[in-house]
Amino acid sequence: MKALMTPVQTPSMAPLNRFLLLVTVVLLAAVITRIAGAEQPAARGTGDLGVIIERTTGTIKIIETSNRTAIANIAGFGDLSHASVVFSRDQRYAFIFGRDGGLSKVDLLTGKLVNRVMQAGNSIGGAISQDGTLIAVSNYKPGGVRVFDSKTLEPVADIPAIAADGDRSKVVGLVDAPGQLFVFSLYDAGEIWIADFKDRDNPHITKFTGIGELPYDALVTGDGRYYIAGLFGEDGLAKLDLWHPEKGVARILDGYGRGEQKLPVYKMPHLEGWARAGDYIFLPAVGRHEVLVLDPRTWTEVGRVPVHGQPVFAVGRPDGRQVWVNFAHPLNDTVQVIDTDSLKIIHEFKPGKAVLHLEFTPRGEQVWISVRDANRVDIYDTRTFERLDSLDAKTPSGIFLTARAHRIGL
Amino acid sequence: MLRQGLLAAGLFLAATALAVPALAGPPPAQRQTDLLYLLKQDCGSCHGLTMKGGLGPPLLPENLEGRDDETLTQIILDGLSGTPMPPWRPLLRPREAAWMVEQLREGLGP
Repeated sequence: MKALMTPVQTPSMAPLNRFLLLVTVVLLAAVITRIAGAEQPAARGTGDLGVIIERTTGTIKIIETSNRTAIANIAGFGDLSHASVVFSRDQRYAFIFGRDGGLSKVDLLTGKLVNRVMQAGNSIGGAISQDGTLIAVSNYKPGGVRVFDSKTLEPVADIPAIAADGDRSKVVGLVDAPGQLFVFSLYDAGEIWIADFKDRDNPHITKFTGIGELPYDALVTGDGRYYIAGLFGEDGLAKLDLWHPEKGVARILDGYGRGEQKLPVYKMPHLEGWARAGDYIFLPAVGRHEVLVLDPRTWTEVGRVPVHGQPVFAVGRPDGRQVWVNFAHPLNDTVQVIDTDSLKIIHEFKPGKAVLHLEFTPRGEQVWISVRDANRVDIYDTRTFERLDSLDAKTPSGIFLTARAHRIGL
Repeated sequence: MLRQGLLAAGLFLAATALAVPALAGPPPAQRQTDLLYLLKQDCGSCHGLTMKGGLGPPLLPENLEGRDDETLTQIILDGLSGTPMPPWRPLLRPREAAWMVEQLREGLGP
């Protein structure tokens, strides 16, 4: 501010100086125009854009849902055999978390990979902070969470997941929550940790131990209040009320498998696509051909929907009227649609072998479905169930639309 | 109906499996292609597409040193209780699992 107050002395400037200044200004202007010309993308919004992961080739497609087309193909993401994406709050940038520990930042407008760091040896997913300034990544190797500045991808914090027993654990189920929190689970140790980044240079960690065996994934409710971790080693889920962390972790749906031997699980279910629909929450059961239905006011089971196979994703249409379900290998060629009003399956179809993921457009009129072995992403009308279009994609897995930018926990 | 169909198909496969002597040489070429795809894509969902590990441990050739073929084949067929490693016996014949162990020992490449 002070510098701006200093009087400029141009009136007394010598003619030569004035000429040099003019030349400099003209040259600078030319350079700036050039740079801007090269980098300035066509004016458009990003609210209808998204990313498709092509897992085998380590490439992505940028897609737009208004005309249902791919607008860019980008390579160089390493091992995307497991990958997920979060978006900057301006919905211009996608942050891609790869299996090999790569954290990549993509500019959706220019279709360019603008930054990439190898932040660990093996990772599973990530989250963006409430204020959009921090990117957190959950790692298997070395087990822990690393946090980066979302502008520069410079490291901000490293949180090794060293459990109460002294062993380092793989980290799963990382989500953001209100209050600049990241919440995650320690797979090997059965713990839930809250990392509070209100002071980004001095994050505060709260640990909950003995939450249950082998938490494999987690979700946070859309209001950011409840963090729910699914347990692979036990029949039940662990619930943490982030409004009242002092109350500790409670078990819900305890013994939902009634102690029965579960079926072999050929693909871990994902809780990220959990659905809150109408009065209920829908969750994939582990090792059972069922979708569990909970009342979130009491956190008790109100029913189960028998389905085609072991559910992987049970995703709610944004209006909550339908839940779409895909299934684990080898029954993964089928999708079923549950009507949340009647709790009945109202539609079943077979898009092709290896349906890996489903993503709704922000208001739910379309659903995009990746069919890995058909090298195709199919787009359906969610009201008529008619197939509207298909896009070619090489072994597509996750589909992520920018509307996620404004949803807690995504 | 579907479930009955699957059951029938399963019984048929089981009968076929019994008819063919177990561990009698490598699987047919087409089946090898399918098994390699299964290794990369489906085993890869836990062990990594490049077998460098994930929720499940890495399965690179150096990780398998010191474990004999029979043990590894049996882990594939019967799973490891207390871990998410499922039994693949319902979907694979013993000689197919043994062949997959051979592939893992050689390495699946990048």
